[in-house]
Amino acid sequence: MAEQVPILQVKGLVKKYGDKVVLNGVDLQVEKGKVIAILGPSGCGKSTFLRCLNGLEEVQGGDILLENKSLISKTTKWRDVRQKIGMVFQSYDLFPNLTVMENILLSPLKVQKRQREEVEAQAKELLARVGLADRANDYPRQLSGGQKQRIAIVRALCINPDIMLFDEVTASLDPEMVREVLDVIAQLADQGMTMLIVTHEMNFAKLVADEVIFMDKGSIHEKAPAQQFFSNPQTERAQQFLNILQF
Amino acid sequence: MTIDWQYFVEVLPHYKTALWLTVKLAAIGILFAIVVGMICSVIQYFKVKVLNQIVQVYLEVARNTPLLIQLFFLYYGLPKIGITLSGELCGIIGLTFLGGSYMAEVFRAGMEAVSKSQIETGKAIGLSNLQLMRYVIIPQAFSYSVPGFGANCIFLIKETSVFSGIAILELTNTTKNLMGIYYKTNEALLMLVIGYLIILLPLTLFLTWLERRVRHAEFGN
Repeated sequence: MAEQVPILQVKGLVKKYGDKVVLNGVDLQVEKGKVIAILGPSGCGKSTFLRCLNGLEEVQGGDILLENKSLISKTTKWRDVRQKIGMVFQSYDLFPNLTVMENILLSPLKVQKRQREEVEAQAKELLARVGLADRANDYPRQLSGGQKQRIAIVRALCINPDIMLFDEVTASLDPEMVREVLDVIAQLADQGMTMLIVTHEMNFAKLVADEVIFMDKGSIHEKAPAQQFFSNPQTERAQQFLNILQF
Repeated sequence: MTIDWQYFVEVLPHYKTALWLTVKLAAIGILFAIVVGMICSVIQYFKVKVLNQIVQVYLEVARNTPLLIQLFFLYYGLPKIGITLSGELCGIIGLTFLGGSYMAEVFRAGMEAVSKSQIETGKAIGLSNLQLMRYVIIPQAFSYSVPGFGANCIFLIKETSVFSGIAILELTNTTKNLMGIYYKTNEALLMLVIGYLIILLPLTLFLTWLERRVRHAEFGN
């Protein structure tokens, strides 16, 4: 079998806010179907990194290649890229003026111009999969945080992305609700979805991630298979980080 | 104090006409003010080059000069450079000029109240700027704007009393005239108050209801 081209490649990515360097030459290769957990202390640039991949931040250097095509160009249509790279945020941000179903259908119908019946069927199936089939006609205000976040994930999935980015999606949830959201993501991992997950849930990362990336001060300090990273971290900074998390 | 009830009946037709004119001018003025306000607020929200500065100047001028002076300019000033407008037209233009700036501020504040994360989420699911506006920003900005919008409407309706300064026979001017002719001050002023209440009370009740409706739809309380 020929060597597969990574679906996503990041080369020497640099992001600055004014003089402040937030990402200092980040390199990463993501193969299709791989789950990568991005760990690191607050302010290390992991969220910014994800946001760059989705065009929410302008970058000052380096390159991002999606299926071998550079995204760092004036002609990049981020609207098209975003249909391939889905993203879910910490604040879930369902649109409060729309029902659950309307939230999910918005992009497939208006952006992708797909047929309503087809999208609705897919939405219903996805809702059932996350255990919320009966909430399709509710408004976001009627849902709990965990339910909202699961809907937000369904909304992103219904666009049929090739890659999903999760930016601390459980950080603002009660402990009980964290579980229900992580279950959904674990399910996706089993189905072979390519994912980049920024998280503080170490046990979860250990369980679902193929590879762990440890970031600090804007660059990648350590990159290792998940099991190896947690049992035997190589860099001192990563050891320190993991020790603090263990009571 | 004696009140001449017969007098009410006699002057009722005058007040009816005046009330109708007040409602008409206010409604047209507010309608245009909404249009102007929307355009200005969108320009400000997106910080459109050049236009943004023009809008800024307009807002400052409109909000920092009294309506009466704006009307004097339109009614007495413009004829000197050869532009003569009817009193009613001046009234509508003046109200639009003033109201547009107030509406712009309310709408802009409403749009800015829509959180950044909502907008980023919209972008992340691939919406274009126009779609973002249509499905995310405007519906939410609307509910944030309702209280200020209502206050503006009431304010602008009351501002029509200033039209008396340029000889429009709306409620206040009619009252002044009738007082001058018949010297029935108490009766005339009572009619005036009742006239404004007939317009404003139902509107206030409607706006309170609307505000509650919108809040409920948005936040569930």
